[in-house]
Amino acid sequence: MCDVTRQELTFILNGEEVTAAVSGSDLLIDVLRRDLGALGTKDGCGKGRCGACTVLVDGVPVNACLYPAPEVQGRSIVTIEGLAGAGGTLSPVQRAFVERGGIQCGFCSPGMILSVQALLERDPVPSDAAISEALVGNLCRCTGYKQIFDSVRRAAELLAQGGGDRG
Amino acid sequence: MAELTYIGADTPRPDTPAKAAGTACYIHDLSRPGMLHGAIKRSEHPHARILRVDTARAEKLPGVRAVITGFDTPELRIGFQRDNVALKRDKVRALRDEVAAVAAIDPDVAAEALDLIEVEYEPLPAVFSPEEALRPGAPLVHEQNADGSPRGDNRLNLTFSHASGDLEAARRASAHVVRGTFSTPRIQQCCMGTAGCIAEFEASGNLTMWAKTQIPFLAQRDFNWALAAMGLAGRNTRVIVPALGGGFGSGLDTHVYEYIAILLAWRSGKPVKVLFDRDGEFTHLSPRQSATVTIEQGCDASGHLTFRDTQVVQDNGAYASWGATYPSVMLLPATSLYRVDAVRFDAELVYTNNTYCQAMRGYGNPELTWALESGLDELAQAAGIDPVELRLANCNQPGELTPMGLQVRTCGLRECLEQTRDKLDWSVKRGRQGKLRRGIGLASLIHVGGSGRIYRSDASGIILRLDDFGNVYVASGGVEMGQGLHSALTLTVAESLGVLPERVHIQQTDTATCPWDVGTHASRGAFTACNAALMAVEELRGRIQEIAAQHYPAEVARNRKRAKGAELAAYDPSGAPPEGFEIRDGLVRHADAPEEPWAAVPLERLLRAAHFRKGGQMLVAEAFYDPPSELPDWQKGVGNMSATYVYGTQGVEVEVDVETGRVRLLKVVAVHDVGRVLNRQTLEGQTYGALAQGIGYALYEEIVSRAGRIENPNFTDYKSPTVVELNLDIDLEFLETDDETGPFGAKGVGEPGLVPTAPAIANAIYDAVGVRLRDLPMTPERVLAALVAQQGKE
Repeated sequence: MCDVTRQELTFILNGEEVTAAVSGSDLLIDVLRRDLGALGTKDGCGKGRCGACTVLVDGVPVNACLYPAPEVQGRSIVTIEGLAGAGGTLSPVQRAFVERGGIQCGFCSPGMILSVQALLERDPVPSDAAISEALVGNLCRCTGYKQIFDSVRRAAELLAQGGGDRG
Repeated sequence: MAELTYIGADTPRPDTPAKAAGTACYIHDLSRPGMLHGAIKRSEHPHARILRVDTARAEKLPGVRAVITGFDTPELRIGFQRDNVALKRDKVRALRDEVAAVAAIDPDVAAEALDLIEVEYEPLPAVFSPEEALRPGAPLVHEQNADGSPRGDNRLNLTFSHASGDLEAARRASAHVVRGTFSTPRIQQCCMGTAGCIAEFEASGNLTMWAKTQIPFLAQRDFNWALAAMGLAGRNTRVIVPALGGGFGSGLDTHVYEYIAILLAWRSGKPVKVLFDRDGEFTHLSPRQSATVTIEQGCDASGHLTFRDTQVVQDNGAYASWGATYPSVMLLPATSLYRVDAVRFDAELVYTNNTYCQAMRGYGNPELTWALESGLDELAQAAGIDPVELRLANCNQPGELTPMGLQVRTCGLRECLEQTRDKLDWSVKRGRQGKLRRGIGLASLIHVGGSGRIYRSDASGIILRLDDFGNVYVASGGVEMGQGLHSALTLTVAESLGVLPERVHIQQTDTATCPWDVGTHASRGAFTACNAALMAVEELRGRIQEIAAQHYPAEVARNRKRAKGAELAAYDPSGAPPEGFEIRDGLVRHADAPEEPWAAVPLERLLRAAHFRKGGQMLVAEAFYDPPSELPDWQKGVGNMSATYVYGTQGVEVEVDVETGRVRLLKVVAVHDVGRVLNRQTLEGQTYGALAQGIGYALYEEIVSRAGRIENPNFTDYKSPTVVELNLDIDLEFLETDDETGPFGAKGVGEPGLVPTAPAIANAIYDAVGVRLRDLPMTPERVLAALVAQQGKE
């Protein structure tokens, strides 16, 4: 609590430049949840094993609970709050999860959705094996993953249809 | 079945847009002005006398606002056996036991303060299995009962038994008898959102608890008891339920950490949050009960079951939660899955110095069904009868009264068995793929489908309130924890009242604003809440019809006036009887009215007409639904505990790698009698999710514990299934038997999907490689050991 080694970070959070004072031992999840109030990023295990805290750093999914905060200096971070459009309009991937039942308790959903966002950006028509590979780090206890597969396929469809300018 | 608009459709759930947006608010996301963070000092020994607790250094740490122990706080007795206390004073009985707690300005300071608390113990001999605990002269986990009377051994004071028919005569008359012992492990509910709460005393002295609970009203009662024990009798607790990151039974009890948060909030005068991290959740929260089941079943030469004799031993851990009553649900399959007249059932719950256990989805049923359905395949083999034929010969029937006194209303078990058999290509594949190391197997289930009465009241209350804009606000005491209760309730209200689903708003569960509900367990949420909603809608409909009789003519006249210029058919609704008014998609029209737009009056216009006038009224309706069932006599194991029962069969095709012991699922079939599909997407989601938990239980999951210490408290060492294991061919089928007790004919479906999964897999493994697995999980090590043992015999 009386940390003297705080440093000021500047980075892009969901398209806006932000600054935060962090200590060297802070993790990205601390900065997001504690300092910036970005509470959509969930802390499920603190060990990088459940993926609930997945965010995109320069487009790449990372576990915010493992990612050292000082590393985000100058980078662009996208959290779940960064996907929806004006008036809270859900992005195609978010919409697909709602439409196809990919969400139950919802605690894994922000991380899951961001992993899918990253997957579809690099592989617009992923095979089941590619979906499995992309989501193996995102645990879900409610759905049994079946409707998550359905949601990913639906998201690919929506994006292919140009389902919004936020793909 | 009547033609329905929303019920049975594939509609998305109303609670998921906020969850997709990341704006749903879980306990992790809540904070209160001035809130402190609580942390709990745990025991260092599985069994020890507490000699001294020194908190002086912790109290001096800057940022610490309260430090409490069992020596300086009132004793708060916890659990339905009153065998646990919030903060331990005489001794600790497990490594998770709470000896002190701290509230501080942030979690780091709280953790630092815990390290400064010194506790001196006198270690005692401990017991870590029922066998050890039941040996003569074994150390007693509890020397006294809650009432102070001395205890003689480590058995809990709970009896669950059943005896019907002449068991010995039936055994002697059997042509074939098979006996086996089967075990199941402790597993974790693994809610993705860990547990936590906030306790806050209002200026009035009343308490508000934000709790991750499935039983807000029983929690209110428990916390009010605690307030009374703190000398605050007459104060009230308001329980508010935030978004839950899963439940699966973990919220069926009030928890020690919640009482500690209350004590810390009272001592510090500030709101206090206690939140578990993942290691803490694995180590300090209660998992599913383990069980050892010995089952003996017999049949005559033609395969008709003659008797079933079941003995259960459960390692309860150090204290009793509601999880100690698993045998109440085990009685269902033991007495009533397939027809058998001579039945005996006994269960023994044993205190040990392990972590204490609690409820989890299925609640004893998967444990018992694992043994029963594995045993039935062994019996079929002994009798030389096909396992499906044996089951069909003993299949439950509609109208049957079982030995437990369960009144079977609708029952689709025969169709479930036959469809599963056919989907597995039984006649082609069973017993014929040994060379490929492939096999098929199946298993069935019975479960409560119309709630399960384990309290004097098994009711759900509901309040429906209409506003000036045609919105319906639904206050239900049921808890949405991801399972889809809000979806079922929304569609039920929309369908039955005749409004659009987007006009239905489910309120946050809060004991201050919602009516009483016994809790969301026993697959009862949608069954009871939707039945209550249907009762309230009936009342609302009548009142809307009365309002329509009064105001519809004037509103229609206004409509006609606005439609001037057009050629209007003559129509005068004056004096139309109220019962002729219909509501559809939020529009009210009289049955005799012409099919013209002007004859449809938006509901909100009628509501406003009734509201904004002298002596006006607004519409609120409430209902309290208590299902037609009876509280069983647990010692006799008799009583019709549910309004109706669900059935289902699951089948799998597996491939066994005989080099590694790895079992691969090639195909999964699940056919469930659900009464009626309320929302296909939600139902499929719940069933897929349960199946995934059934597969985890069967193949992967186990809490490993040595001398009371949990050795795999994380997702690296505890194997909860990932998307890779579940990238499977699953064939899901719902059988609609249209039960008269259910809302639109639906039965409860929350738990059944995980009940028969493990024995179906075990039976398929046997078909593939001829080894019988008796212990869960069926890990590669266990399968390999069984294969090696079999080779040794040959």
